[in-house]
Amino acid sequence: MSSDQPFITDDSQVLTETRDARLTGQDDRFNSRLREAFGSSPFILTKFDKFMNWVRGSSMFMLQFGIACCSIEMMHTYAVKHDLDRFGAGVPRASPRQADVIIIPGTIVSKFAPRMKRVYDQMPEPKFVIGMGSCTISGGPFQEGYNVVKGAEEVIPVDIHIPGCPPRPEALVYGVAKLQERIANGESSPVVVKPYELEQFGDLSRDEIVDQLAKEIDTDDLVMRYNWADSP
Amino acid sequence: MSLEEPLPDTVQEQSADDLEALLGDLVIGREEHINAPGFVIRPDTVQESLRRLRDDAGFDHLSCVTAQEYEDRFESIYHLKKFDDPTQEVSVVVPADKENPVSQSADAVFRTADWHEREAYDLVGIQYEDHPDLRRILLPDTWQGHPLSMDYDQDQPQIVALREHANPLQEDHRSETDSDTMFLNIGPHHPATHGVLHVKATLEGEQIADVESDLGYLHRCEEQLCQNSTYRHQIMPYPDRWDYISAGLLNEWAYARAAEDLNDIEVPEYAQIIRTMGAELCRMAAHFLALGTFALDVYGDFTAIFMYAIRDREEVQNILEDLTGQRLMFNYFRLGGVVWDLPEPRDEFFENIRDYLDELPEHLEEYHDLVTGNEILQLRTIGTGVLPPEVAKSYGATGPVARGSGIDYDLRRDDPYGYYDELDWDVIVEDGCDNYSRLLVRMQEVEQSARIVEQCIDLLEDWPEDERNIQSNVPRTLRPDDDTEIYRAVEGAKGELGIYIRADGTDKPGRFKIRSPCFSNLQTLPEMSNGEYVPDMIAALGSLDIVLGEVDR
Ligand code: SF4
Repeated sequence: MSSDQPFITDDSQVLTETRDARLTGQDDRFNSRLREAFGSSPFILTKFDKFMNWVRGSSMFMLQFGIACCSIEMMHTYAVKHDLDRFGAGVPRASPRQADVIIIPGTIVSKFAPRMKRVYDQMPEPKFVIGMGSCTISGGPFQEGYNVVKGAEEVIPVDIHIPGCPPRPEALVYGVAKLQERIANGESSPVVVKPYELEQFGDLSRDEIVDQLAKEIDTDDLVMRYNWADSP
Repeated sequence: MSLEEPLPDTVQEQSADDLEALLGDLVIGREEHINAPGFVIRPDTVQESLRRLRDDAGFDHLSCVTAQEYEDRFESIYHLKKFDDPTQEVSVVVPADKENPVSQSADAVFRTADWHEREAYDLVGIQYEDHPDLRRILLPDTWQGHPLSMDYDQDQPQIVALREHANPLQEDHRSETDSDTMFLNIGPHHPATHGVLHVKATLEGEQIADVESDLGYLHRCEEQLCQNSTYRHQIMPYPDRWDYISAGLLNEWAYARAAEDLNDIEVPEYAQIIRTMGAELCRMAAHFLALGTFALDVYGDFTAIFMYAIRDREEVQNILEDLTGQRLMFNYFRLGGVVWDLPEPRDEFFENIRDYLDELPEHLEEYHDLVTGNEILQLRTIGTGVLPPEVAKSYGATGPVARGSGIDYDLRRDDPYGYYDELDWDVIVEDGCDNYSRLLVRMQEVEQSARIVEQCIDLLEDWPEDERNIQSNVPRTLRPDDDTEIYRAVEGAKGELGIYIRADGTDKPGRFKIRSPCFSNLQTLPEMSNGEYVPDMIAALGSLDIVLGEVDR
């Protein structure tokens, strides 16, 4: 504040005005524009499902989930300047049990895919997935790597793909807005069984590699089997 | 003044022949690498040779261990340097049998060899004798084959187990005999691990008895992909993705430096200044994030400090976007220069940078008020996570981690490249050896980077218009001579980022090895946190400022 006249609120005035407004019933804190549009009727008629979907889309809890380079841009989207919170989608939750949207920001490698699947499974329904970046579409620049899963769709169903390497925060905001739109319309991607599922080791069909590992792995252990030759 | 070599006369320099005499009959052959003489030794004399080089010749920094497979043999190369003068280098080349590759471990001489050799075993398949714990490090334990060996079949199926699927609350995580011992998994999905690191902590009551880092949740096969790409254009985008905290240009420089020296490419002075300016802007952005997330680790809030740090990063990223066209993955360097000149109108660009630099002291003041001057933070960080200098050296720690432990080591000054030795700036060293010192080093380095950027824009502004040469003439296809080898490092945001390239006569590298500073720095975590409380371990991990993209590569 450089001006010599500092900004001072005359709070005696404020107090009186607020009190007067309340006393005379003129206080319109609860009278939104929307409320006025309804006129005198306090009721609206809508389908319950539609209402629920609208609510769901307007208040999304994101999972705090960082993988690779894209998560840096994701953090920027949450933080100042882009502020995803403005769109009703900005409260990152550290626990998957409190989240309904997971943004997958980065490359998924063989060791991480089972963990990601696990985190996804721990989220309560209804849950939605945003794939951020080329890596979650196809493996991106690492598509040819021996250890890289060729896209998040191989492991969990994805609702929205945001292309880019990394997508700009604006693109992520757009993706989230698109997801909200879809949720409000009651759409989400169908859950299909994907090539890489977690299963019990004992249930795998016995082939050479299973035999080889039989000594090391308990039959009850959950495992993910990668058939690289068949992946895209 | 930073321009002088540090105490030039105290670091004795030995010629290659002196070293050969020192090693005596351990040497069974000689090689010439572009950066250093190479001595071939027998696989069972590794410890003896390295010990002599360390104790009698002063090579106290095992910078990197490269493993590779040839048609007729396996080979491990130990790249040694001196902390006092990194321009003095020597490579110790250890061939191993093709059928039964066994080689002695260097772990007893340099602690840093532990992880480096595990990686070599994991990816190439060399067995290290006497290694304390030779397991896979980057790939899952159940992986079949060694992906960078010659007979690896990339299409074979793999099975990865999810062992941690057991309920963590079950009793089997407590040892029966001693009920105070508890096992705690932190990560790989955890906000405090800065990505996908998995820390297995054994607790004794509330204190850490042992921590073990489990890596590989982001092993993206960077080395393989670089080996499959051509020198001229295809490799350059990958470095951006190693240390992805906006440190892209610093990483690109590592590759550019190695490849330019390998191919004898000159870089015009004008381009060097642009590179220096861009790289320092990147360093600032990277350190801001380190600061923000460190505060997040210590205070646990997602509010003021983190947001302030992001605000500053946004400004730096805007400048970098003007320069390179991208916010994060710049791909701006080319061998022999940079891809395009500064944006037009230049005045506006300079003015933007100046405006930002003018505001910076005020912002830093704010950070000091909020962070370093804060009593709570001081209580949490002073005297915790102590890393004594000898330990840091043995683990090959570099960058702000080493400089926070009083080791005066900065490749920008000690092994000059770019335009650094023409400019006036200081290397920041703090000798507290604790979490607080590392934080202070980073914050002061931001100031120094700002100084460098300021001098660079002064130079660029006055540069005559007809001498703005941004790229030298580089052939369309580069084919360095067969079997030339080079190891070159630059000072990345986290420390010494080195690249080893062996050319095989084609337009793609025969072996491309990345020496990542975070990989070595992270190895010091048990030294810093054993005996401390869990939150202090988290603070120590935060002060190491690791990026998993670079740890796992
Ligand atoms: S899409 Fe690009 S920026 Fe995103 S994680 Fe993959 S490599 Fe990194």
